[in-house]
Amino acid sequence: MAAVTMRLPALRAPLDSSAPRGGEKHLVAPGDTITTDTAYMRGHGTYVEDDKLIASVAGVVERVNKLVCVRALKARYNGEIGDIVVGRITEVQQKRWKVETNSRLDSVLLLSSINLPGGELRRKSAEDELAMRDYLQEGDLISAEVQSIFSDGAVSLHTRSLKYGKLAQGVLVQVSPSLVKRQKTHFHDLPCGASVILGNNGFIWIYPTPEQKDGEAGGYTANLEPVPLSDREVISRLRNCIMALVTHKMMLFDTSILYCYEASLPHQIKDVLKPEVTEEIVLEARQRLLDSEG
Amino acid sequence: DLRVDGRGCEDYRCAEVETDVVSNTSGSARVKLGETDILVGIKAEMGTPKLEKPDEGYLEFFVDCSSNSPELEGRGGEELGTDIANTLYRVFSCENCVDLKSLCINPKEHCWVLYVDVLLLECGGNIFDAISIAVKAALFNTRIPKVRVLEDEEGTKEIELSDDPYDCIRLSVDEVPCIVTLSKIGYRHVVDATLQEEACSLASLLISVTSKGAITSMKKVGKGSLDPESIFEMMETGQRVGKSLHIALQKILDEEESLGTSRPKVGFLG
Repeated sequence: MAAVTMRLPALRAPLDSSAPRGGEKHLVAPGDTITTDTAYMRGHGTYVEDDKLIASVAGVVERVNKLVCVRALKARYNGEIGDIVVGRITEVQQKRWKVETNSRLDSVLLLSSINLPGGELRRKSAEDELAMRDYLQEGDLISAEVQSIFSDGAVSLHTRSLKYGKLAQGVLVQVSPSLVKRQKTHFHDLPCGASVILGNNGFIWIYPTPEQKDGEAGGYTANLEPVPLSDREVISRLRNCIMALVTHKMMLFDTSILYCYEASLPHQIKDVLKPEVTEEIVLEARQRLLDSEG
Repeated sequence: DLRVDGRGCEDYRCAEVETDVVSNTSGSARVKLGETDILVGIKAEMGTPKLEKPDEGYLEFFVDCSSNSPELEGRGGEELGTDIANTLYRVFSCENCVDLKSLCINPKEHCWVLYVDVLLLECGGNIFDAISIAVKAALFNTRIPKVRVLEDEEGTKEIELSDDPYDCIRLSVDEVPCIVTLSKIGYRHVVDATLQEEACSLASLLISVTSKGAITSMKKVGKGSLDPESIFEMMETGQRVGKSLHIALQKILDEEESLGTSRPKVGFLG
């Protein structure tokens, strides 16, 4: 039976933020004056006009000694060495793949930085170069780690571990990179029955937890069997919870996603996207997080 | 029967409808269907009737998509805009959709022309459905001033506009059709596809359905092919879904109407 719900728009007051933690943050919008003191050096996100330092992006003002810069809230991903990213292959070139990771330039995955299927470690030959397309094609999703950064800012990735590699069945959610919290590990097996990879570049991959950890595969076997309905329901619910957290600009990490998931269980999966239900579960998740901290 | 966001194959996203948002139009409506945001404004102007239909008024559609991504600015959005406008012309080409005879003032000389302007504020998948819902809501909200034709002794006709600003004629939107887009993904078809689902579907069927379930037009889009049997299934689904869409829309329009002028207007700042 078709379900069509329509409603009249209602003015929704933004969720009042909880007590400020650790001092007030100086938030600015483009055009706001940061300071009129000419002794400061201008950094990223600022410019000088009429002896005033003005912000050019919307974000938080950061000050290091005499350098003032504005860190934007919504910006493209800036790679740091050691970050986990989830990316999509856009091009297959001579000895490398170009990967799209929501940054200013396409990231690079060199042929010498990947693990071959089966986990063998050897020097890549000319035949490997010709067979590159058998490993990774355009449109494939991979999880990788940032190895180094080129001088122009492009990020170089590597998949030199068995936990990285091609991603098979699951759901990709694209969020702003600033919402993903930096943690020790980004691969989480949630107790509700699904696993999630929180890429630092804002790409989040939700997939059904594999039964046994096959270590010899080397990350290339794509399990294309149909996923059971119960797993799919869990994954849909997790995806809606993540979208709910994103609309209310909450940091994403395994505990926040889990609390939000548990708060959404009384509702139907498709109701989680309704504005009032979203508010309710995000408030509940936020409350539980504050309780567990304090 | 489970999509990525938990909906069933025949479920719509939560929609928000508001009318009378633009003050200097005869009627306007704004519809938000998930991420898709559409604004429709209708202006009633006097013009001469068409030669083949001298005792009827007519509708003119114009679609503007320039407020979207940079690639749709200027010339790029023109193609999409004319495509949507042509679809709307086709949908409304059926004779009883809108009572065009009530738009006539003087046969062969004067009639009301309704200029329907559609603005695509944000494209989040399923624009045709949202546009048709917005057009129906705007037509419901349209208020055309009443005119009287005075005839002099010499026979010259003068048109007099009534002084009372609330003295106007409303259009009946019972027969106005709504478009239901059915996208074929794999072996199933879904209603109200998001941008990602549209990227996965190779072919879609646009069906315009009236509130009684009558199909006024059908159009196939996309480069894939559709099996004739699946077309029949999609038509049945479209009729079913179209009827419930009309019921929900009429309910919300009546609710808004009953709130009258005291209803808190949200507009664009909410």
